[in-house]
Amino acid sequence: MRALHIKALRDLWHLRSQALAIALVIAAGLANLVMSRATLESLSETRQRFYDDHAFADVFAQARRVPEPVAERLREIDGVQAVETRLVAGANLSVPGFDEPVRALMVSLPDSGEPLLNRPYLRAGRLLAPGSEDEAVISEAFAEAHGFAPGDTLSATIYGRQRELHIVGIALSPEYVYQIQPGTVFPDFRRFAIVWMNRRALEAALDMDGAFNNVTLKLAARARGDAAIAAVDDVLAPYGGLGAYDREDQVSNRFLSEELRQLDTMARIFPTIFLGVAAFLLNVVVSRLVGMQRDQIAILKAFGYSNVAIGLHYALLVALIVGVGVVVGLLGGIRLGQWMAGVYQDFYRFPFLEFRMSGGVFLLGVGVSLLAAFVGTAHAVIAAARLPPAEAMRPPAPERYRPALFERIGLARWLSQSTRMLLRNLERRPWKSLLSVVGLAFACAIMMVGRFQTDAIDYMIDAQFRIGQRNDLSADFTEATGPAAAHELRALPGVRQVEGYRNVPVILRHGVRSERNALQGLAQDSVLKRPVDRDLRRVPIPAEGLLLTDYLAGQLGVGVGDVVEIDVLEGRRRSVQALVAGVVNEYLGVNAYMDLDALNRLLGDGERLSGVLIAADVEAEADLFRELERRPRVAGVGVRRLAIQNFYETLGESMGVFTYVALILGGVINFGVVYNAARVSLSERGRDLASLRVLGFTRAEVSYVLVGELVLLVLLSIPLGFVTGYMLSLYMAVSMQSELFRIPVLVTAPTYGFAGLAMLASTLVSALIVQRRIGRLDLIGVLKTRE
Amino acid sequence: MAVPADIVFHARGLTKVYRMGEVEVQALRGVDLQLRRGEFVVLLGPSGSGKSTLLNILGGLDVPSAGEVYYEDHDLMRADDRGLTAFRRDHVGFVFQFYNLIPSLTARENVAIVTEIARDPMTPEQALDLVGLTPRRDHFPAQLSGGEQQRIAIARAIAKRPSVLLCDEPTGALDSATGVKVLEALERINAETGTTTVVITHNADIASMAHRVLYLADGRIVREHVNAMRKRAADLRW
Ligand SMILES: Nc1ncnc2c1ncn2[C@@H]1O[C@H](COP(=O)(O)OP(=O)(O)OP(=O)(O)O)[C@@H](O)[C@H]1O
Ligand SMILES: [Mg+2]
Repeated sequence: MRALHIKALRDLWHLRSQALAIALVIAAGLANLVMSRATLESLSETRQRFYDDHAFADVFAQARRVPEPVAERLREIDGVQAVETRLVAGANLSVPGFDEPVRALMVSLPDSGEPLLNRPYLRAGRLLAPGSEDEAVISEAFAEAHGFAPGDTLSATIYGRQRELHIVGIALSPEYVYQIQPGTVFPDFRRFAIVWMNRRALEAALDMDGAFNNVTLKLAARARGDAAIAAVDDVLAPYGGLGAYDREDQVSNRFLSEELRQLDTMARIFPTIFLGVAAFLLNVVVSRLVGMQRDQIAILKAFGYSNVAIGLHYALLVALIVGVGVVVGLLGGIRLGQWMAGVYQDFYRFPFLEFRMSGGVFLLGVGVSLLAAFVGTAHAVIAAARLPPAEAMRPPAPERYRPALFERIGLARWLSQSTRMLLRNLERRPWKSLLSVVGLAFACAIMMVGRFQTDAIDYMIDAQFRIGQRNDLSADFTEATGPAAAHELRALPGVRQVEGYRNVPVILRHGVRSERNALQGLAQDSVLKRPVDRDLRRVPIPAEGLLLTDYLAGQLGVGVGDVVEIDVLEGRRRSVQALVAGVVNEYLGVNAYMDLDALNRLLGDGERLSGVLIAADVEAEADLFRELERRPRVAGVGVRRLAIQNFYETLGESMGVFTYVALILGGVINFGVVYNAARVSLSERGRDLASLRVLGFTRAEVSYVLVGELVLLVLLSIPLGFVTGYMLSLYMAVSMQSELFRIPVLVTAPTYGFAGLAMLASTLVSALIVQRRIGRLDLIGVLKTRE
Repeated sequence: MAVPADIVFHARGLTKVYRMGEVEVQALRGVDLQLRRGEFVVLLGPSGSGKSTLLNILGGLDVPSAGEVYYEDHDLMRADDRGLTAFRRDHVGFVFQFYNLIPSLTARENVAIVTEIARDPMTPEQALDLVGLTPRRDHFPAQLSGGEQQRIAIARAIAKRPSVLLCDEPTGALDSATGVKVLEALERINAETGTTTVVITHNADIASMAHRVLYLADGRIVREHVNAMRKRAADLRW
């Protein structure tokens, strides 16, 4: 091997701990990048393939009851390629040994065989036999949650009638990749199922002979989506059409798109931070190395090594460090990506979700790592290449020190000599000190972000379930019902209070903007559901006008006092104008509220309720929901306690992992910055420190000069880290918000405390390692050699 | 240019000005000089007189501010960085006061790093043998004494069979017995290979082993002395 390469390797070995610290920072950034980008690609490719192979529809519409022949008119719409009519309805299931309500979405499949659109992917068993009355195919996640297999039976209450279903198959569907109950945000596989049955059997169960209530359509590639949607709405309007929508508003697809967007954000923020810090660290270490090797560079040049050869020599050293980081980062990224794919596989039900790293991701990862290395070291490497040999032969000009700021402003007499050394040293390299502080602040910020989500979710649950929504149970009716139903329920044992509400699908318009949404009518004196503002203060339901969720108001571009147009999609389908009377703060979903009586007047079909909210004694809860489930008019029962429980069960584990990973990542940056700062200081000032030892300073006193400097940097970085962490949390929250949910920006005192302590702890680790080196300072050696 | 064939270096009116902010330092103030092939020349002069500056210019490490300087037919005044690099690579060997070995390479590797880029080098082993350090070839500089390190530096300088060997205070950091060993090595190489050798020293005793002694003062050559009788390095003491 060439002697110059041997030198590169030996130098690298000499720098191994520092190089490793930097390589780890690079690896962390790259692993993040690879994980998020590759997962993003795998997920979107898998989604595309599933959609294509299983004919995911383009347009979806729900109606009350449409005679089958009307489908013909849908087929004639310009651009429509295929139309599938079907029945979709809610049902209650009872699972032996599982004492809680289980909701199901019953979806019909054509008796003739496979559907044209949204074809289920059969995981086990078989599809429904033509003409079978009691066969069912159930969704995989639900089957897994309860251990159902083909051959088992299940009891379902459809439209108030109980019946036994024979499970013949277990399937997945492009429509329900993300499988959640309407109106919720997180999947609950134990309490929600998709059940496919033959069309004929469902027609009979739902009294829908010769009619459909749901239709999906496939459009030609060239077709204009909004034109087709408008045409579908026109056709279905007389039959209680609730407004057609495209893939973008299809719940499962919508969640997937949001997830992809978040991954995209992740793939930008974290790698940028890590690679930025890595660039800084490389800069510090390589500049120092070139500075220390001035005379070696000079001698190599004196003997005829060209500038290019010298430049390449240092570039090689950098490349080796980066190379280690890249290899570890790629492997780590793949490992993390596989783990992520596993997590996603639980949440998003695809027939297969294969983690694949494309050449593009590989090149991107290697490319940005090299870019970071280039940005960090180009200057030092070029300086080495350009160093004039005659000048390099002379030692560098002595550093200029001056009294530190503290001393200049007159605090000198409070400072010991060692403290002055420490301060002057920091001030001598203001940029390096500043960048160290910034790097450390990012470490702190990342640790905070890891906990921020936990805080935010606690707060969301509190705001949503304990303050905004105080009912223990809720029941929605199969169709709008007179107030007698509510009175009847109030009489049940254990019920403390019952309040009715009404839900109507509407389109809200303001100028050119429009949003499909539910409009909810609540009693003005409602206590079980109380919309609140940002400070969690109650916002009363106005006698006239609307309350809008802040996000919805933002989407429509309206504020208090503006007028919006409401197109009611039910009953007489009236269009009216309403004043925005208030804006409320909600984290899950978006809502529009108005006074119940006003809504009923608007609809003009008398005093009616879509469902009720119930406050009940805890002991009575279980009996109550069984009682409610038995009632034919009750379409579904919600239990608040279970919703909260599910929230934590679903998110708890992944949040724990996230906090842990963020802690490690923050620790990596902290270690990289602190350890390198210490080593560089030690190398720059080894002579001074050894001289101090020779003069009789104790180890502890000498350590103070060095470690004190580090601790000061870290202490300076923590407040900045708190600000950065808050901003980063804010950025994440803003970039994740959608009408599905918004994460509140909330950083609690324990999070600040946690991040601050974690910073100090990881600084302590670096300090202890450096401390050992101070102990081994070669007192004689250091004084013997020429600097 | 009509220069006698045995002249390797030819300089006329060399000046060198260092500018440091507003201050100008005149390191050389018009040096005229000719060095013959195979000559052993010693440069003497007080500190700051411009010895190192002159040597660096002759070796192509630095360029003069004015004047002319040729190595054979290479114009060192007008050569660009690439040209100077090639000149150093092909023709010059350097030895410095502080050895300037690469601490992360062994003795053998310190020599190899030069032979690897030379046109017609000896092997590192041969070079180390010439300075009598074969037994220490796998030691790192930190494991060698100052004199041993300087002999490695000489081996490194001669291994490529340079036409000129430029030594800036090669014995400056050594005691007299060790210094003599180093000088013996230089003497032997000069005699055996005919390498033109220039040695800067503060030690007037060493001058007696030269063919010719040049005295510098305040950036000029003020005196020249030719030794009728050269002393052998082994007979030197100081
Ligand atoms: N890079 C430089 N910048 C500024 N001045 C310089 C530089 N190199 C040399 N000098 C100045 O030029 C003059 C000659 O320096 P040079 O190193 O040639 O002296 P020298 O004869 O080798 O002295 P010594 O015996 O102390 O090594 C000195 O005054 C020195 O300060
Ligand atoms: Mg000198």
